[in-house]
This record gives sequence, C-alpha cells and structure tokens, in this order.
Amino acid sequence: MASIQLDKIGKSFGAVDTIHAIDLDIGDGEFVCLLGPSGCGKTTTLRMIAGLEQPTRGSIRIGGRDVTRAQPKDRNIGMVFQDYALYPHMTIADNIAYPLKVRGMAEAQRHEKARAIAEVLHIGQLLDRLPAQISGGQQQRTSLARALVHPADAFLFDEPLSNLDARMRVEARAFLCHLQRSRGMTAVYVTHDQAEAMALSTRIAVMCAGDIVQYAPPLEIYRRPATTFVAGFVGDPPMNLVAAQATRCDRGITLRGGGLEMSAFASWPALDRALDRGDRVTLGVRPEHLRIAADGAGGRLHGKLFANEAMGPESLVTLDLDGGVRVTARVFGDAPVLVEGDAAFAFDAARITLFDSAGNRIDDPV
Amino acid sequence: MNRRALISRIVFSVCAALLGVAFALPLIWFVFAPFNAHADLDLALPAPPTLANFARVFANGAAVGALLNSLLQAFGTVLLVATTATLAAYALARATLRGKRVIEYVLLLFSSVVSGSAAMVPIFLIVNALGLIDTQLAVILVFAGGLLPTAMFILRDFIASIPRGYEESALVAGASPWRAFVDVVVPVLRPGVTIAAVWAFVQVWGGFLIPFVLLRSEQRMPASVEIYSFYSQAGTPIVPLLAAYSVLYSLPVIALYWYVNRKYGFRFFGGIKS
Ligand SMILES: Nc1ncnc2c1ncn2[C@@H]1O[C@H](COP(=O)(O)OP(=O)(O)O)[C@@H](O)[C@H]1O
Ligand SMILES: [Mg+2]
Repeated sequence: MASIQLDKIGKSFGAVDTIHAIDLDIGDGEFVCLLGPSGCGKTTTLRMIAGLEQPTRGSIRIGGRDVTRAQPKDRNIGMVFQDYALYPHMTIADNIAYPLKVRGMAEAQRHEKARAIAEVLHIGQLLDRLPAQISGGQQQRTSLARALVHPADAFLFDEPLSNLDARMRVEARAFLCHLQRSRGMTAVYVTHDQAEAMALSTRIAVMCAGDIVQYAPPLEIYRRPATTFVAGFVGDPPMNLVAAQATRCDRGITLRGGGLEMSAFASWPALDRALDRGDRVTLGVRPEHLRIAADGAGGRLHGKLFANEAMGPESLVTLDLDGGVRVTARVFGDAPVLVEGDAAFAFDAARITLFDSAGNRIDDPV
Repeated sequence: MNRRALISRIVFSVCAALLGVAFALPLIWFVFAPFNAHADLDLALPAPPTLANFARVFANGAAVGALLNSLLQAFGTVLLVATTATLAAYALARATLRGKRVIEYVLLLFSSVVSGSAAMVPIFLIVNALGLIDTQLAVILVFAGGLLPTAMFILRDFIASIPRGYEESALVAGASPWRAFVDVVVPVLRPGVTIAAVWAFVQVWGGFLIPFVLLRSEQRMPASVEIYSFYSQAGTPIVPLLAAYSVLYSLPVIALYWYVNRKYGFRFFGGIKS
C-alpha cells in the first residue's frame, strides 16, 4: 500500500479545460471517494492517476515516487472499470489471473491465487466459464477479483457498482466496506452516489465542474458542507436550502425569505463579517432537523403540502414554500404523518447552516 | 383465396421457376460435365460417369503446379495483408493522429487505383526496375499493396467496436501496450481478421491480370492463368478438361467458405464480443 499525492493536476481536452488544478493528498491505507455529478471530471482524474490519461499540468506521486509520465504498467495499481472490461475470450480464472500472468507467474501458481481470491468473492464455482456466461453481479466480482489478486500499491474504482441493481449494490457496498476494514487498502473510488461515498470513505473529495470543492471525512462533509453545492449534493434527501434576507436589529439578526420566518438570534464574528459583504444569505437545514409544527422557538417554514411519502421506517413530507422553493422533512417512525393543505415545519436555530451570498459556508459560532 | 389472387400467384410461381432454371442450368452443367469424357457446352448426363477428365488433368504437370502456385501466392498475400492490415488498422482506430481522416481517404483512393488495371504499366515498370519480374514475390507484393487498404478498413471497423476498456484494463494490470494488443485485441479481433483473410484469399485466387503481366515462365503461373492452357490454339475450349480443372480450381474457395461458416456461422459482425 502507498500514499497518493496529486499536485495541481490539470487536464484540457483540446481547448476545453476539464480539470483545473486539483490538489489531493491521499494517505497510506485511506479510502477516498471522488464524489460529484456526472461530467464533473471524476473519471478523468482517476484515469490520470492510473496513467491512462496524461495530465496537461501538475504532477502525480504514488508512494512518494513521481509517476506523472510513467506508463500504467509501472504504477503497480489495480483498477475496476465501470463496465468491468473483462476479456471476453478468457475464462473467469484467466481473467482474474491476468495481472499475475503479465508479471510472469507460472500457470499453476497463478490459478491457485485466482482460485483463492475467487473463493473469497463467492465466484469460485465459475472459474471455467466465460464472462458472457455469468451475471452482472458475478462479472462485477470477477473484475474486483482481478484488481485484488495482485498486491498493488493502490486500488482505483470507477463507479464499480453503478451497473448493479439496487439490492446488489447495497450488498456489494457492504462487501467493499468490509474489504477496506480488513485489508486497509489505499483506494480512490469514483462515484456519483453520495450514499456510497458516505458508507465507504475515510475522506470524500466533492468535485464540481473540474474542481474539488471540499475534501474532508464523510461526517464533516455532512455536518459542515463547505458550499451550497456540497450541501445540496450530500444527503438523501439533501439539505434544504432557502434564500433569505438578513436584517440586523437590536436583539441580533433576523432572517426573512419566501415562506421563512426566524426569531432574532445573537450574531457572531464570522456572520458579522459575511453580512458586511452582503445581506443575502442562504439558510440550510437538514430534512431530519425539521419538525411538523406550526410554531417553535427557532424558525418556521410555511407552505403547501406537495408530497407525503411513507417509506416504512420514516416518512418524507415535502412542502412548496410560499417563495417557490421546495423543502423536505424527514419524520422518523412508521406512524402515518397527517398533513393537508397549508402546513409548516419548525426547526431549532442551533441546527441551521448559513451560506454567504457567494454560496460559501459561514463558520458556526464557537 | 379468390380467383384473381390464385391466378397471379400461379403466374408468379411459373416466372420464378423459369428464372431459377435459367440460373441453375450452368450449375447443373458444372456438376455433370467434369465427369463426362465427351462433355461439350450442352447439358448432358455423363454416360457412364468417369474420372478420366481428372486423371488427364493430374497427368498435366503444369496444371497441377499452377494450383500450387496459386496456393503459394494466395497464402503469401494473405499472411502479409492480415498482419500489416491488423497493425495499421489498430493504429488508425486507436491513435489520436492529426489528419487521420485525410490519410484514410488517400489510402482508399489509392487502393482502387493500385489494384485496377490502369496502374499495370507503372507497376510493371517499378517491378522491372526492382528486378523482380517473373518472381512470386512481385505478385505477392503487388496483390498485397492493392488489398491492404480495403482489408485495413474492414478491420478498422472491427477494432472500433472493441471497447477501449479491454486494453486499458490490461495496461493497468501491468501489460505493455504491445502485450495488451497481443493478449487482448488480437484474440477478440480474430473473426475480423478471418474475414479479411478469406476475402484477400479469394481476390488473389481469382486474380488474373497481375500474375499474367508480372510473370513470364509457365512454371510460376497460377491456376487462374494456367486455365487458358485448356484452350486450343484456335481459342476454343477443350471442354472436358476445362470442366474438371474448374472443379479443382473452385475447391479451395468452397472449402474456405465452408470452414468460416462452420466456425463463425457467418455472423461475423456480432463477433465473439460479449
Ligand atoms: N477523451 C475526451 N475527450 C474530450 N472530452 C472528454 C474526454 N474525456 C472526458 N471528456 C469531458 O470531460 C468532462 C469530464 O468527464 P468525466 O471525467 O468522464 O466526468 P465524470 O466521470 O465525472 O462523469 C466531460 O465534460 C467530458 O465530456
Ligand atoms: Mg465517470
């Protein structure tokens, strides 16, 4: 296992600047997710680490060694592709053993190793089949086995679970999580699924349009999203965001917005500085911090009921606010939630996150 | 079914049958004539059927040698075309080359010129200058030059349909680009190479002008040229021998199609891709 450092890595395709200047420091044994919407440059970043794409600028180190110009074969990595990329003419055993074959291991020995890893992944009975003769989930595990069969310095995953159905995805996710815990492998894992990133990572790098907007442990990202983009991307459903106008009064600060009302609260230095730059802010509050109530000490959101979805262990209640924004509350428990027509959510002032007019997070009071 | 439909159906069937017979007659002749010691251009049942025609053909050393020459030229060309076309097509399909399109069109243009009869005089002059007149090598090189571009285009489309991920996963598994090509691309490409090879074989096998112009001595002539030795001085065919020789001449091509059909079922374009 080894660490990975990206130093101001950039990539342009022709005139299009896809990756701007990414810095990423991945420690030995860390499992880092690149999380972001489709087209933000996650795959391109991963392919640059693998050596399948040449960076236009910057440098890459694996295990302290500069590999920016090194061929993929000289980087000692294992990689799982989104479409698995199993060799169609080779049996499952030969597919798994291929990295060992390339390194000159004798056939008997490499098939022994392939069998061992296949057993761990529950595909030991498929070794003589061809890739076309096994299911999608089995192909996925085969490609995982092929990446793991050789002790690589780092493992790269490009949305390895996205072609599985929902149920198998959760199962495979738990397996990867277990693998990471037991092997302590250095891994870079690309996904657009925030739940996957939350479940697997030691740290998440949230990407947006060719930049990393936040790089932090999952809970940190969840609790303290750096920008409105991160807030609106992480969480299922994500954080509710409501535009508001801040006013200073003698009791502190009050926030007003379409459908939003908040009692005055005491300001703090970071908020004061933000308000000096502009009084338009965005209020963020997680669905689980909203209650269905007409009043409360902190703040209220008024609107019309849009949807009421009972999911079993929880219900999701969505309102269309008077200002046109849509907000969702998560109500735990399987009791039916009774709301009709005009309704309101209440929340505690301590639960809110504020973003300045540029969409950057305003630090909490300390 | 009403009367009109019935009548039109009968008329259609009769016409179709007549048409079928018109096309079938030469084939039926081709089945009977080789076994008829007195065959002429009329359709006749051999009485009795005999292998005498074949015996006379095999007794003719030049005729048998010509078949071997054809095999030599065809296999030589196929080997050359298959390897060079595969490598060139791989480069064309995968490399990000500036002006790739232009190169492709120029090649396509040249391929129709080089294999065409219009280029025979310059080709003859070049081969002559190289001192290769009357050599099998000259025939193979000229054939290969003409067939290469088209073979390359056939293969390029096959390669374009192979996901890059196959090679890339081999690269990250530790293979060099050449190794990835040999281990992953070539096996997946095998049906495509087979088609290109069969096509090239058939082209050479039936090719007349190139060997006719470039070769001098009779012992180097391929069957396509040698077949004219079964014509009399006056230019009339010696039908029994010609018929028997024609059968021998078509056998390799038929065998080849049979083999490819059995192996790939003529569903080439699905290939073995999963
Ligand atoms: N080979 C390429 N040539 C041109 N543009 C590319 C190429 N690869 C990716 N891109 C562009 O770069 C952007 C990021 O792509 P990608 O890294 O695949 O995004 P993601 O994996 O986050 O969905 C996209 O807009 C895509 O169109
Ligand atoms: Mg991608």
